[in-house]
Amino acid sequence: MTHAKPCLKPDLKRSLRAAVPLGIGLMAAVDEIIFHQILAWHHFFDWGTPALSLFSDGLLHSGELIFFMLGFFMFIDLRSRKRLDLTAAWAGFILGLGAFQLFDGIVDHKLLRLHQIRYVDNLWLYDLVWNAFGLLFIAAGIFLYRHARGRAS
Amino acid sequence: MIHHSWGHPSAALWLLLGILPFILLCFYLLAAVRLRRTTRWSLWRLASFTVGTLVLAASVLPPLADWAHHDLRGHMLQHLCLGMFGPLGLVFGAPGSLLLRSVSAQRARGIMTILRIRPVRLLIHPVTAAFLDIGGMYLLYLTPFYALSMANSLLFVLLHLHFVLSGYLFTWSVAGPDPAPHRPPRSVRLLVIFLATAAHAILGKLMYGYGYPHGTAASLAEIQAAAQWMYYGGDIAEFCIIIGFFAAWFRQRSTLPDALVDKSPQAR
Repeated sequence: MTHAKPCLKPDLKRSLRAAVPLGIGLMAAVDEIIFHQILAWHHFFDWGTPALSLFSDGLLHSGELIFFMLGFFMFIDLRSRKRLDLTAAWAGFILGLGAFQLFDGIVDHKLLRLHQIRYVDNLWLYDLVWNAFGLLFIAAGIFLYRHARGRAS
Repeated sequence: MIHHSWGHPSAALWLLLGILPFILLCFYLLAAVRLRRTTRWSLWRLASFTVGTLVLAASVLPPLADWAHHDLRGHMLQHLCLGMFGPLGLVFGAPGSLLLRSVSAQRARGIMTILRIRPVRLLIHPVTAAFLDIGGMYLLYLTPFYALSMANSLLFVLLHLHFVLSGYLFTWSVAGPDPAPHRPPRSVRLLVIFLATAAHAILGKLMYGYGYPHGTAASLAEIQAAAQWMYYGGDIAEFCIIIGFFAAWFRQRSTLPDALVDKSPQAR
């Protein structure tokens, strides 16, 4: 069955939405591999973590896995329909990187107090750099998306 | 205390989880070859079922089985293979679909009728399956049940059988390609996958942090290593389940025309 497709425009919004979970998932994996496993700055389990936070951490972890896969399949789906806009997808990806970084820095580390970035005295400096990078990524993602939208219209 | 009774449970396990799956594999191969003469049966499915069988058999063979008996890390590896990776291979081999297509239409209807009986329907519901699978693990590792099962041969065999059966049931009920009557909608199944994955990760951390299971000879370092294996190994297996779930969903979606899929006003 072939469909007549008179105006097959790339779908910017859905391209963005599909790539955000990919960025989130990649940053979560980077966090897990570099900071937990290689540098061992973070702890797998911190005895100072409240029980409720342990519970919510499990839910977050599970949600990350599912969102990553959802993003992956949305991406493939859009591509096969030729509706993917690569610039918007990159914007979403970078936005996802920053969103996870900032979320991890503020909610996981500070509000839930799951663990800290590193167990040292000048922790505030680490927190500052961590969250600044998150904001930087988010700003770059927004900038790129506006660029994609400007080019499309 | 354990070792003089050790010969029997391992032999029983070998028979149940090594030999029996191989017999089933032979039936599977026969049916698949017969079916492929007239119609399509994916070689991927065939490979998946074969790998699942091999994983089960490998985990009850002496090297791993012996290690599992005196080291909690070995037990955890065996648990992951029997309860997650083995069933994953079996379920995505779609043995149920193969069976239904190999028997007469009347018999196939009979099989589906059995699955519709209320108690069976309740048993194969994703929520029940998740409780049996993940809930069973909480019961096993957070209570003295683990130490008990290591000392009692019958419990030991039943426990390992439970790993395989509940793992299969869970994987099938949430993401399996085989048909199931009265299967709840995708949103419910995704929610169950979400909660079960979280529960598995939380259990891994609880075991790591508080040294579960108690009452064994394992040192804290050994328990912590085992708990981390459970956490990361479980992640990989759950990830495969999630892939299977979305792959089926998007494959079905891809058969729909764009106009039915797109809801956004931008879409034409």
